[in-house]
Amino acid sequence: MTDMDRDDLLALYRQMLLIRRFEEKSAEMYALAKIAGFLHLYIGEEAIAVGAIAALQPDDYVISAYRDHGHCLARGSDPDKVMAELFGKATGLCHGKGGSMHLVDLPHRFMGGYAIVGGHIPLAAGLAFATKYQKLDLVTVCFFGEGAVPSGQAHEAFNLAALWKLPVIFICENNRYCMGTPVQRAVALYENVAEAARSYGIKAERVDGMDVLAVRGLMRTVVDQVRAGQGPFFIEAMTYRFMGHSMADPSHGHYRTKDEVEEHRKRDPLLVLKETILTHKLCSESDFKQVEKDVSHVVTSAVKFADESPFPDPSTLHTDVMAEE
Amino acid sequence: MLLTYRDALNQAMREEMRRDGNIFLIGEEVGYYQGAFKVSKGFVEEFGPQRVVDTPITEAGFTGLAIGAAMAGLQPIVELMTMNFGIVALDQIVNNAAKIRYMSGGQLSVPLVIRGPGSAAHQLGAQHSQSLESWFCHVPGLKVVAPATPQDAKGLLKSAIRDQNPVIFIEAQLLYGTKGEVTEGDYTIPLGVAEVKRAGSDVTLVAYSKMLLVALAAAEQLSREGIDVEIIDPRTLKPLDLETIVASVKKTGRLLIVEEGWRFCGLGAQIAESVYTAAFDYLDGPIIRVTGEDVPMPYSRHLEDAAIPDVPRVVAAVRSVCGAG
Repeated sequence: MTDMDRDDLLALYRQMLLIRRFEEKSAEMYALAKIAGFLHLYIGEEAIAVGAIAALQPDDYVISAYRDHGHCLARGSDPDKVMAELFGKATGLCHGKGGSMHLVDLPHRFMGGYAIVGGHIPLAAGLAFATKYQKLDLVTVCFFGEGAVPSGQAHEAFNLAALWKLPVIFICENNRYCMGTPVQRAVALYENVAEAARSYGIKAERVDGMDVLAVRGLMRTVVDQVRAGQGPFFIEAMTYRFMGHSMADPSHGHYRTKDEVEEHRKRDPLLVLKETILTHKLCSESDFKQVEKDVSHVVTSAVKFADESPFPDPSTLHTDVMAEE
Repeated sequence: MLLTYRDALNQAMREEMRRDGNIFLIGEEVGYYQGAFKVSKGFVEEFGPQRVVDTPITEAGFTGLAIGAAMAGLQPIVELMTMNFGIVALDQIVNNAAKIRYMSGGQLSVPLVIRGPGSAAHQLGAQHSQSLESWFCHVPGLKVVAPATPQDAKGLLKSAIRDQNPVIFIEAQLLYGTKGEVTEGDYTIPLGVAEVKRAGSDVTLVAYSKMLLVALAAAEQLSREGIDVEIIDPRTLKPLDLETIVASVKKTGRLLIVEEGWRFCGLGAQIAESVYTAAFDYLDGPIIRVTGEDVPMPYSRHLEDAAIPDVPRVVAAVRSVCGAG
């Protein structure tokens, strides 16, 4: 590797660590009933959001599914507002109307988390259609799990994107479980999920989703191609979810073994990057401690902000259902 | 000038697309085929295939794509070849178009028109003969429009296109060829405003879309018997102009609602509830509904006729309400 810049790598590490600690704290807050509903943690998959989004311009569009905290934070959203949204507070990104699965941050071009599996993939094609129509050199990045790949809406979107050469990058986060169903029992071409996209003539590549530099490296090439008008691209990022599907699911559960989870934890994306940094002697342990301290402060402040914020006033119940004239 | 309903729609879209380059038409056969019902005749020649977008047969995909494009600032008009095919796109309409504004706390808007013919034509069978307006009316976040005349079709479609909300615009195959006077040039009819289509004093009859024509014919016949029917066309089904209906009921004391859709949970049930709540003391008797039969639409002409409200049934119902039956 040539571009081993200390500050750059440390910034990537910091972003991944922020997502990790933010979500660990979210789980704690869930246990304290400060957060309710569904909470799907991204722990173990951080390298994908951070690596992919690091290759984007500020005006590019990002859209995700229900496991969306990581993408939102990686896009630069204020952790205070994200945590406040999880708490259902008026100061949250969506003023308490979205929640964990429906984070939206328009100023950061985070176009939302969507919770009907596969249903947001056509939206991504539409965002890309719009930028092409408007003759803007923007790309749209769409994150989803491998469980969305067999859905009809995914295939309809793949076909439209390929047909119209839309500037969209589909990033399949293959964490090997479609909720609790292993991929080999859910996706016919489970050994190569990207075939679903290739069958529509979409170029596709697999990447190690535990290696943030590999993800970013591939994305930089792909973003250039897509931005240049070469049509859509599909990335299958191989990863693993360290926690349960949601807070209702224990961290391993009936459908996988504790050993399996522990085995994957050995390739924790934080460890992978840290090793790279240490191998190249770019930072010392004390640098990592400083990052840990900084991140801890951000997360603590976010919780404090969320906790102290007011709940939405009941008078806002009916606002934003319709756009007013 | 005298125009068909079809040409009135064509004019509305053409004038709006000339006015604003962000408006585009998308759907099956809208371009070179000129629309399955020729509503977009001449469009691809005038606006080009970039703005008159032929799609594959993937309603969920292209409706979702249009929603995404609307989120990015475009103003799509989606043509569904028939509203029946909207069922395939219902996830996009209900879970995305209708909710994105609310879930995002008002950050995102979906200015979008989804238009096409609803209701039965002649012997098209069960899957092509449905009146689904109450489904759409049930969903917060959508507006629903169902014009009956060419004048209303043009003015309401222009308002729908300019509206910043998702609007379901329901036409009717049997109305496309009907003619009426249409104001020349640019005019709009506001959404949410009913019109008294025939003034009368004995009984109020609410009817929309194709059923307005049935109601008008019935009223003519009844006038010869000395029964003076007032006919109100809500034109916009949601938001419903209850005031105009209630004002009429306060005058006549009797209300009859004619709708082609299925009886159980039909739109008329809601209109009746709203009128009972707002004007119970003014009613001289129960509100009567004349509706489609609760059966999948049969193919055979005689059976089909038996399933759809017609002039004799409306006449008989009015007579019974007025104590003349």
